[in-house]
Amino acid sequence: MSAPPTLPAVDVAEVRNLRAYYLTSTSNVQRTVRAVDDISLQIHEGEVYGIAGESGCGKSTLLKVLLGMPTPPLTVIGGSVHYRVDGRDVDLLALSDAEVRAMRWQMVSYIPQGSMHVLNPVSKIRNTFRDFIAAHKPDWSAQTDEHVRDYLDELGLPETVLDAYPHQLSGGMRQRVTIALATILSPRLVLADEPTTALDVVVQRGVIQLLEDIRKRMGSTLVLVTHDMGVHANLAHRVLVLYAGQVVEEADTATLFEQPLHPYTQYLIKSLPRLDEASERVSIPGRPPALDNPPSGCRFHPRCPYVMEVCKTLVPRPEEITPGHRVACHLVGPTPISTEAYAPRV
Amino acid sequence: MPPESDALLRIENLTRVFSSRRGLSSHNVVAVDRANLTLPADQHEILTIAGESGSGKTTLARMILGLVQPSAGRLLFKGRNVGRLTGGAQRAWFRRQVQPVFQDPFATFNPLRRIESYLYETVGNYGVAPRRTADEPIERALGAVGLTLREVKGRYPSELSGGQLQRISIARALITDPSLLIADEPVSMLDASLRMSIVNLFRELKARQSVVYINHDLATAYYASDRVAIMLRGWIVELGPVHKVLGQPLHPYTQLLKKSVLEPDPRLKSSDRVSLAAAEDTTFLRIGCRFADRCPRVMEICRGVEPADIAVDGRTVKCHLYADGVVADRTERGSAHAVCGERVACLSERVERGVGPPDGDRDIQRIQQAELSDA
Repeated sequence: MSAPPTLPAVDVAEVRNLRAYYLTSTSNVQRTVRAVDDISLQIHEGEVYGIAGESGCGKSTLLKVLLGMPTPPLTVIGGSVHYRVDGRDVDLLALSDAEVRAMRWQMVSYIPQGSMHVLNPVSKIRNTFRDFIAAHKPDWSAQTDEHVRDYLDELGLPETVLDAYPHQLSGGMRQRVTIALATILSPRLVLADEPTTALDVVVQRGVIQLLEDIRKRMGSTLVLVTHDMGVHANLAHRVLVLYAGQVVEEADTATLFEQPLHPYTQYLIKSLPRLDEASERVSIPGRPPALDNPPSGCRFHPRCPYVMEVCKTLVPRPEEITPGHRVACHLVGPTPISTEAYAPRV
Repeated sequence: MPPESDALLRIENLTRVFSSRRGLSSHNVVAVDRANLTLPADQHEILTIAGESGSGKTTLARMILGLVQPSAGRLLFKGRNVGRLTGGAQRAWFRRQVQPVFQDPFATFNPLRRIESYLYETVGNYGVAPRRTADEPIERALGAVGLTLREVKGRYPSELSGGQLQRISIARALITDPSLLIADEPVSMLDASLRMSIVNLFRELKARQSVVYINHDLATAYYASDRVAIMLRGWIVELGPVHKVLGQPLHPYTQLLKKSVLEPDPRLKSSDRVSLAAAEDTTFLRIGCRFADRCPRVMEICRGVEPADIAVDGRTVKCHLYADGVVADRTERGSAHAVCGERVACLSERVERGVGPPDGDRDIQRIQQAELSDA
């Protein structure tokens, strides 16, 4: 699994210069939170694409837009999201609500964070499956139960969970049921938002196994959003690191962990404690910035140990240093580009 | 038995049972089952309690803090039985000595109260200093966590980062100069880039305090602590120095835990598969070893007989694999607490004192004989 899947890098999804801001106004005070600020990325067919970053870096906002559900106050200011559906290029943000709904779950699916709160507590798992299929795949309705049973069997989940209420299941089993629910219609692209957070180590490993099994069986593509670098190291083929709503670095997993180029990525990886080794670890000084008033220039500059004069004024653009390795840092990038492209337009 | 004052904290057969009623039937969950643990008084240490959710680690911590009453067993702090502390003065002494640090710094503080009010309140509540000179202990406590009163004064929780709030939470606990801090998952709500600074802070605090650190992240446990106790379904299944327990784990559950850790290094990626339990509560009630259903090395004896705490290689392991010819007695759940507990206490005490297992074996035989004659 360590080698990326053999693929002619066909993109299943592409994000171009996406800006999605939270626009609020309370008693005439306008507030703009720039959660996703000029992010571009491509997701290849059949890969596991990891998105890493701390809380408040825009990971979940990016996922919401990818899923085609930016609801106010979240507003897409610029850029576009493209999917390849049956060889056609579809601009997600230009679709009507009905068209997005038709795509959701069958083309693009979503595994939410916190399975505790997703499943209906007063409904047996069987009924949750029935409702789901009745709404999204009406032509199955006659054989819903058989489909569900076969699918759980394929995933190695016991059939008895169907007659249980969510509270009767362990956290790990609940999360796996949620994953089964999200993937039963064989989506081409699965977006997973922190699928292993708040689970125990052993359960984490079980959930990762399941995600990997599903991806291999269906040949689908998985976008894995988590702050846990251990999960990325074990599952992702390529990893994108976000900081304060912008791309910091992107590379294949081995390169990112062995030769991180951006100071933030270096800190993020080096500060992680490991088993069998207790040498001194240090945190990044300072704190992540608030996104309604991000620092000028490079958003990491107030915390960066290598900060230069240029970092305070010029925004570094993600540049391809070696094929497939993008870094947004003045230390490694070639010539900085004009600030104009990054000036706020709101 | 060494004099009780030898230990800062001595936990003997500490048990807590939670009962819930549904209609006419009642349902018992043994959250902590005959836990034995000793923190030495002569040297400070960080003891990590690790285990999956529902293993009883938080209940154990809450019992040490006196927030949950034990159902059975004893908890001795500096030689005094915490359950029998009488009078306000003694209880106040205990609360000054043992202080908590909670998990979620965003939930700990009221968003509408200024942050320093918590510090002044602690000074007042415990009578650390009169109001006029209250700044002095606060400044000292904040200094220990790398802050100053000037930075903090007048601020509301929303103006501070999670890392700073957790530092203030720790500073609040330090005001009374406690000898023991109980920290329940203090970094799990913090951002990855701030986490290590708090973990490092605990390593520094060890100079003055002992710390019981509840945590489910084994890598952090390895980094931060001196000893580690692995809990499973209310039992402490392995207890010993961290480099031994997490370096070469002996109990199959600890081995599984270690194998499951997702190392942040793609070269260490493993494809070992793990098996998971479907539901949580049935294993509390089973006879024999609670890990038997998931254990790759399960034996016949594991399904019927509860394993004893066995001293192996400088640690205690609760597993039949290391029983070394000793046939443990058949324990009946519920009534077995007293007898079985005594044996466990003898054994773990010997381990604490560094006395080898042969004596332990003799103890087991002695107690077994006593049990037989009782029957």
